Amino acid sequence: MHDLRYATAGATRRFATHLGGRLRRADLRRWLFVCTAVPIAACQPAGVIDPQGPIASAERLLMINCTAIMLVVVIPVIVAILGFAWWYRASNARASRAPDEGYEGRIEFVVWSIPALIVILLGGVIWIGSHQLDPRAPITGKADPLRVEVVALDWKWLFIYPDQGIAAVNQLVIPVGTPVNFRLTSATVMNSFFVPQLGSQIYTMGGMATHLNLLADKPGKYPGFSAMFSGDGFSDMRFIAKAVSAGDFDAWVKEARGKGPALNDTGYTQLAKPSEAVPPATYRSVEPNLFERIIDQTVSGPGKAGVGAAWCPPGQQAGG
Amino acid sequence: MLGRLTWTAIPLDQPLPLYAMGVVGLVILAVLAVVAVKGWWPYLWREWLTSVDHKRIGVMYFTLGLVMLLRGYSDAIMMRTQQAIAIGHAQGYLPPDHYDQIFSAHGTIMIFFVAMPLVIGLMNFVVPLQLGVRDVAFPTLNSVSFWLTAAGALLINVSLVIGAFSRATWWGYPPLSELAFSPDVGVDYYLWSLQISGIGTLLTGVNFVTTILKLRCPGMTYMRMPVFCWTALASSMLIVAAFPVLTATFVMLLLDRYLGMHFFTNDAGGNQMMYANLFWAWGHPEVYILILPAFGVFSEVASTFSGKGLFSYRTMVWATLGICVLSFMVWLHHFFTMGAGADVNAFFGIMSSIIAVPTGAKVFNWLFTMYRGRIVFTTPVLYLVGFMVTFVIGGLTGVLLAVPPVDFVLHNSAFLVAHFHNVIIGGVVFGMLAGYNYWFPKAFGFTLDERWGKASFWCWLIGFYLAFMPLYQLGLMGMTRRLQHIADPSWQPLLLVAEAGAIIIFLGVLCQIAQLYVSIRTRELRRDLTGDPWNGRTLEWATSSPPPAYNFAVLPTVETIDAFWELKRRRVKPAVQPAYAAIEMPRNSPVGFITAFFAFFIGFSLIWHIWWLVLVGLLAVAVTIMAFGWGDDREREIPVGEIARIERARLAGGPA
Repeated sequence: MHDLRYATAGATRRFATHLGGRLRRADLRRWLFVCTAVPIAACQPAGVIDPQGPIASAERLLMINCTAIMLVVVIPVIVAILGFAWWYRASNARASRAPDEGYEGRIEFVVWSIPALIVILLGGVIWIGSHQLDPRAPITGKADPLRVEVVALDWKWLFIYPDQGIAAVNQLVIPVGTPVNFRLTSATVMNSFFVPQLGSQIYTMGGMATHLNLLADKPGKYPGFSAMFSGDGFSDMRFIAKAVSAGDFDAWVKEARGKGPALNDTGYTQLAKPSEAVPPATYRSVEPNLFERIIDQTVSGPGKAGVGAAWCPPGQQAGG
Repeated sequence: MLGRLTWTAIPLDQPLPLYAMGVVGLVILAVLAVVAVKGWWPYLWREWLTSVDHKRIGVMYFTLGLVMLLRGYSDAIMMRTQQAIAIGHAQGYLPPDHYDQIFSAHGTIMIFFVAMPLVIGLMNFVVPLQLGVRDVAFPTLNSVSFWLTAAGALLINVSLVIGAFSRATWWGYPPLSELAFSPDVGVDYYLWSLQISGIGTLLTGVNFVTTILKLRCPGMTYMRMPVFCWTALASSMLIVAAFPVLTATFVMLLLDRYLGMHFFTNDAGGNQMMYANLFWAWGHPEVYILILPAFGVFSEVASTFSGKGLFSYRTMVWATLGICVLSFMVWLHHFFTMGAGADVNAFFGIMSSIIAVPTGAKVFNWLFTMYRGRIVFTTPVLYLVGFMVTFVIGGLTGVLLAVPPVDFVLHNSAFLVAHFHNVIIGGVVFGMLAGYNYWFPKAFGFTLDERWGKASFWCWLIGFYLAFMPLYQLGLMGMTRRLQHIADPSWQPLLLVAEAGAIIIFLGVLCQIAQLYVSIRTRELRRDLTGDPWNGRTLEWATSSPPPAYNFAVLPTVETIDAFWELKRRRVKPAVQPAYAAIEMPRNSPVGFITAFFAFFIGFSLIWHIWWLVLVGLLAVAVTIMAFGWGDDREREIPVGEIARIERARLAGGPA
């Protein structure tokens, strides 16, 4: 991949120097090279097409399968569109014409059957896929899950590790091979928690919790962000999801416990104030039940007190 | 006296919108000045502003759509440029505050004030002609509809200079759009301009459902209606069913914002998920409100220029109606990622993919319409072929997004942005441009220049692919939408390609302007004297170009589908001296213009809390409507002599 990237950079430079000159056949070849090389080079592993966990892998596979199923029809159709349009052009003396032909039952049958068959096939794929990859379905057969509570704030992410008693801002550290069980909410507007290389995203919404289960296969640093526009600081609402070995994770927890402030009500109120491009930080300890109280809005957030908290049944959850 | 409106509402600290508005203001002033100097005001007022003629209203709708397309495009190119340069640590030239307004305005304007007016404009112009009747069911109401839409468009543009526009995206999800997070007037501009234009759209829907169900020329049974009329009917029924949902949803959000209620707030039992459901319960049918008439245009174009009846007319009709019903059962696919259970997600995923069946059948039917036809490659046919190829790709990515687990990783990504531009540009815009080239000679009596038209098509097509194929890839690489700056420098090459594509699309727009200019300059050479420049099949080609105010001197009698084609096939010549009868036509009325004038001020004063002006406006609207309601001199009679004169001139003019 790296070599290709350098090759493209060279080609781009050559392309730029030739822009002013006349196009010769050789230039044309370079042109074609650039046109194909740029997208391929841009394809360096990242995002959805570079899964690093079972959920993301399954989702990519599903994407490839569905695309393949549809391409079976789509490619011939595109060829037929262009072919028919070209062959039956008015100036083509060799084409046969049937200006009065308006209906043909057999064609009609085929016309409805092809998309119907594809959709029946896809319908099965959708039903099975939706159940297998339900965000709230726990990932079984591996180690005990790690619980993480996620709070979207203006404009940063708060990750609470209830079992470890620590918290982190804009930094998610998880052990490789361990399922992570997320509960998510928002102390502000709607956001969407998303680490493309690990798989499914899910909304975070005030006054309720959503659920998500992910797993990282390999150690690495995977970009995460909000995928739901949430205001002026949205573009910097990014974090790194760091997958580390179990030993490194324990070491990180120990280190986090030994430094940084404690996340109590005052600290949280301070943190919840709108801020942009917040650097990663950790908290040595977290007030118990902070996540539930954020949902119940009994900790004051930005610009509003918990006026109507009594209205919200505790733990009201999205999606039943 | 002026509510919240003070001098600080004018964004002197943001020179860009002020310059933009200054230029626009100067252009408008120049146009007004030319009109005044040339003494065209009385003509404009009499013949256009107060016209209740469906053809004039159609032309005005379409013009509004094209003008607003320029505004929407400016937003687009600003966004593309920002994303192409604000990479890594660079912040670009648009701060978030401004950038967020631009993408919110881009979406709002393109859907409500470009796509809708273009679609409704074509419906207005074409449907009564195709049905062989003289006007829509409620001509004055039609004028009210148009002017309310124009008032909404004006209001949204006023936000450029007075106050600010919404920064809460074009769908205005709460709680972001609630007072707690958007305390300024931006969201109010968004809500009130859409409420005003929404009423206009709803009235249009009512008008067209009535027209198509009740006003058809003798013999025009449902199964003899041109397919465009069917799609217009489907689209209008969707408008009638869906727009009240949008209006009610916005009323609830307005109650939250103005009276401190809690429909969608974070606290006090508000439920933001309800807004998402309601918004898309309108939003998904809206997609079909736009695309179905485009399908109708392509059906007409495919059959006319293949010299062949539409393949399997019945299938087209049932497919259209099927899509109409299904479009109300898929809204949840806009938020699979909200945390609904697997059963719910799977159900809506399957329903969404089922829409591909009737749509796929339509594509095949256009294909078999071309099969063994004699295809004349005019500009509309280029759009047809471009549309079919592009739309199939957009359909593929759409069905892909309908698979919930795939949507979990592509939701809100650049891939999604690419998908819906793929279907809206490749479908709706291409359809409207095909319709523009196809029916322009009917509207103005001369054809459009083919060379510039084709150049424009190629720019649109190539520009579209360059602008949006990279976005598909960026979405797969993990780029989400609405980013004011971009952290990953490896995305820049693709963003630059997208920028180039957007510029090529602009060349397409320039070619269209050139096409119009050249065609007007050479109109004497390109007069359509026959009224039937394309060897058309439906009734609009049976009358002159442009048609007289009454459309048809004698209402045609229809015995088959493709009624005009049948007449030509049987070589039925129009009688030279038929027995004309006097025709009653609705009188022009300023009620639409006046109502919308005050509606604009109602909207403006609601945004700025100028309560006395709200009352004055409401009172004035009520008085206007009542004055119209009590008046009884609403029709004028066109005497036989005048009709005979017009028809004689027409028959003498051409070989028809």
